[in-house]
Amino acid sequence: MPDWNEPIRKQLANLKLAPAREAEIVEELAQHAEDRYRELRNEGATEAEARRIALEEVGGHELLARELRAVERTDAAEPVVLGAGNKGGVLAGLGQDLRYGFRTLRKAPGFTVIAMLALALGIGANTAIFSVVNGVLLRPLAYPDPGRLLQIWESTSEFREASVAYPNYLDWRRESRSFTDMGAYRSDDFNFTGAGEPEHLSAKYVSGSLFPVLGVIPMLGRNFLPEEDRQGGACAVMLSYGFWKGRFGGDPNILGKALTLNAVRCAVTGVLPDDFRFSENAKVYVPIEQWNSVEFRTREEHAGLGVLGRLKPGVTIEAAQAEMASICRALGRQYPKTNAGHGAKLVRMKDDMVQNIRPTLLLLVGAVGFVLIIACANVANLLLARSTARRREFAIRTALGAERARVVRQLLTESVLLSLGGATVGLLLARWGTSLVLAAAPGSLPRSGEIGIDPYVMLFTLAISIATGVLFGLAPAFHSANANPQESLKEGARGAGGGRHRAEGVFVAVEMGLAVILLAGAGLMMQSVWRLWQVDPGFNTRNILTSEVALSPQVMASPPAIRLAYQQLLGRVAAVPGVHSAAITSVLPLSESDSEISFWPGTGPQPPQDRTMLTMFYIVTPDYPGVMQIPLKRGRFFTDRDNLASPPVAVIDEVLARHIFPGQDPIGRQISLIVLGPVQIVGVVGHVKHWGLDSDDTAKTRDQVYFPVWQVPDKFMSEAVAGLVLTLRTRLEPLSLVPAVRAQVAGPTRDQPIYAVRTMEQIISSSLAERRFTTLVLIIFAAAALLLAAVGIYGVMSYAVTRRVHELGIRAALGASRGELVGLVLRQGMKLAAIGMAAGLAAALALTRFMANLLYGVRPADPLTLLAVTLLLGAIALLACYIPARRATVVDPVIALRCE
Amino acid sequence: MEDHAIDREWKKGSAELLLLSLLEALPRHGYEISKLIEQRSQGALRFHAASLYPLLYRLEKRGWIQGRWVEKSGQRRRRYYRLTSQGRKILASQRQGWQTFVEAISRITGVENA
Repeated sequence: MPDWNEPIRKQLANLKLAPAREAEIVEELAQHAEDRYRELRNEGATEAEARRIALEEVGGHELLARELRAVERTDAAEPVVLGAGNKGGVLAGLGQDLRYGFRTLRKAPGFTVIAMLALALGIGANTAIFSVVNGVLLRPLAYPDPGRLLQIWESTSEFREASVAYPNYLDWRRESRSFTDMGAYRSDDFNFTGAGEPEHLSAKYVSGSLFPVLGVIPMLGRNFLPEEDRQGGACAVMLSYGFWKGRFGGDPNILGKALTLNAVRCAVTGVLPDDFRFSENAKVYVPIEQWNSVEFRTREEHAGLGVLGRLKPGVTIEAAQAEMASICRALGRQYPKTNAGHGAKLVRMKDDMVQNIRPTLLLLVGAVGFVLIIACANVANLLLARSTARRREFAIRTALGAERARVVRQLLTESVLLSLGGATVGLLLARWGTSLVLAAAPGSLPRSGEIGIDPYVMLFTLAISIATGVLFGLAPAFHSANANPQESLKEGARGAGGGRHRAEGVFVAVEMGLAVILLAGAGLMMQSVWRLWQVDPGFNTRNILTSEVALSPQVMASPPAIRLAYQQLLGRVAAVPGVHSAAITSVLPLSESDSEISFWPGTGPQPPQDRTMLTMFYIVTPDYPGVMQIPLKRGRFFTDRDNLASPPVAVIDEVLARHIFPGQDPIGRQISLIVLGPVQIVGVVGHVKHWGLDSDDTAKTRDQVYFPVWQVPDKFMSEAVAGLVLTLRTRLEPLSLVPAVRAQVAGPTRDQPIYAVRTMEQIISSSLAERRFTTLVLIIFAAAALLLAAVGIYGVMSYAVTRRVHELGIRAALGASRGELVGLVLRQGMKLAAIGMAAGLAAALALTRFMANLLYGVRPADPLTLLAVTLLLGAIALLACYIPARRATVVDPVIALRCE
Repeated sequence: MEDHAIDREWKKGSAELLLLSLLEALPRHGYEISKLIEQRSQGALRFHAASLYPLLYRLEKRGWIQGRWVEKSGQRRRRYYRLTSQGRKILASQRQGWQTFVEAISRITGVENA
């Protein structure tokens, strides 16, 4: 049979068809020519004659070429892939790329899994951090029109954001025109009795206007009525959804039932919705006017009242700020003694909630971005290695007419597929990781209840996975597309991949550099936390059990009964085996609660506002310094004889002593405390770091005054005892004593619960929660970076050794020792690592400055940390290079050379 | 050449209609189409490969017909063309047009309608 293809192809040569299209046409016409040839032969034509006629009819003296040119011209440039219909343009091409991409990835499962895991790590970490940033910083508060909700603080000369005096709030609410309304709230606790086990409830006092201001509608029942939020009104209560479900089994008939809170019966008027997140822990809400406390009604006291306002539509925050300033000035003129110099500070409610955590989160966003870049560099390296192996494939495709752009597109499709796969796994990692980190650092994030994977997070993950797919796919794709088909197709060609080696060197250096930065950040945070643990808080934190106590409602009626109840309670608890001593204090150091009062030296009347000073104020029993092991510097501490029958006394700390009595002996001198009057100083104790291990040195109020519980006047007794904390020094593990202590506190009437039980070490630990959270996350990121960088340099060096087998074999044959061969490979790897680490150190010096505020006791450019980090990373890099280097030495020269 | 009896231009104008008609009943390959035209016109019409295939490609490009490689056992694969639904509509309207045209010519020239 004659060969038809060649002569037909010749006819088409001038058309410059795409190779695949040309092949198709040639095949079809050859078939026709053959059919015709057979027919002619059957009719009796000679071979030569039949061949001539058949070819003439097919080619037809340039007719074929002419006709085809008219038809095929328009799509001559479009590449056609063999065996596939060519319809639908770009979209169909994409479908083809996707199918092909899937097939290729499935054919290399090892590569696919490793690349996806690296990407899952990077994308997962980014998703986790973004879900936190989204929940905390980005997502609007879950109230209608949340942008108009403002937190309003009272500002004084000492505090820019102080809690508000209730009478001031009432005046603000009445006078201001910028707000649709204002609402007030205050945290408190209630003793819930009369329904089984007595329970201590976290609660909030709220003004009747608060829920309408927030725009919250009760899920069941109604908001408080004006007559319920009025002094002397009948007590009403609203329940949180969780409390209603948990304690009352979601009883639909709860409305109108009465709860006994602090021995007062309060009727349930409503249940708040499930997604109401105003307070993470408040179980019940009570009208604020029910709070019958003396300090509540004065302008002197700023008793923890928060105020929220909802701006009228169209009113700017600046206009509202200006109006509030003028209202405050008027109040200052009207009440100069208490309000002179006071103002109001308006902050958007969300900003107010998150302003402290913002720098930390931004730091983590930066850190996690680095992790992603490292993961990308790693995968890019893997792809580069693979692209070398696939050179022949792309050479063939190019030879068959695939354009460069098309090859690049195919490769990018593959890398995006990879990153989407990584993102899917990463999303799972993120869900799991977020809950893990939140569990590891409880209470360190505001709005943590709102953190989760929502559509925005999914969108973010999709966006970064596509972006990373393109990012890490670009270099390998261009590398492949630029391959010279002729060179690549030569059997056994050792590709002249100079570009590739440079690129992978850069990637390794980048990974090393970023790893240095992350390790430096984590190292500095670890040092800070470690140094904070070394800080002496001014007392012995070991073996202290603390708990809040609610006295029986029966004794709360009379001050002498309260004193007696406490004395008996302390006696019972101190007798528990394992308890060394027991005391009571109004405030615990480091517990984020504070109690400040105004004082002035001497016994005269209160000087003007600007000359009174604030001091921390502890109401304690005589054993308190014994329990806490606060050192007594001079004089004495209280005894049981310091009671109402004896002159009022106080003990001060050494800071106040230096502050008010510099160079003098304060013992026997007098200071005056607001409300309580003059007291005589009988002793000086060491300073306690009340405000935090890190921040106490810079706190505004550092003076400290201790006052004996037994000398609290009757009229203040019931308030003074409201938040008293029981502190015990134990001989055993503190928490092991909880059941015995609980039984002894309950007392004969069995209605005195203990709650908020914590060891002092737990309190300190949670005072460091935010920093520990940051540290923990940074350590995780740094570990991931270290792992990825080690894998990266290992991969590159392994490949380098494989590539140099031939050369190493020759060197071995020429007498190079094993040590020399190892050194050769190590030098190559460590050069890359060293370049990266040097660049990383420079960048770390520049970047760690931004975390100066989060550090304690260590400078951002701490040489020790940077040195340690460099050594650690260097050692890991050395190890990662050593393994492939060792392999180089076991190369048998004979085998290596025969490979060619 | 035996096709001088019919003017080249006439042939060109009717070629699309011929191809579409032949593919109406079932898919066919190029050689089969050329043979059928020759047989059914009793030798009056002949399409050589050089003009037949470009025409097929043109119709395929317009989406009137669609070609597909089919392999039958023991043979080289052949490309079979079938009428698309769009091609079917075109065929109907071309038939109608041709009919009108032929009738008009007949009325003027007095040639009997076939």
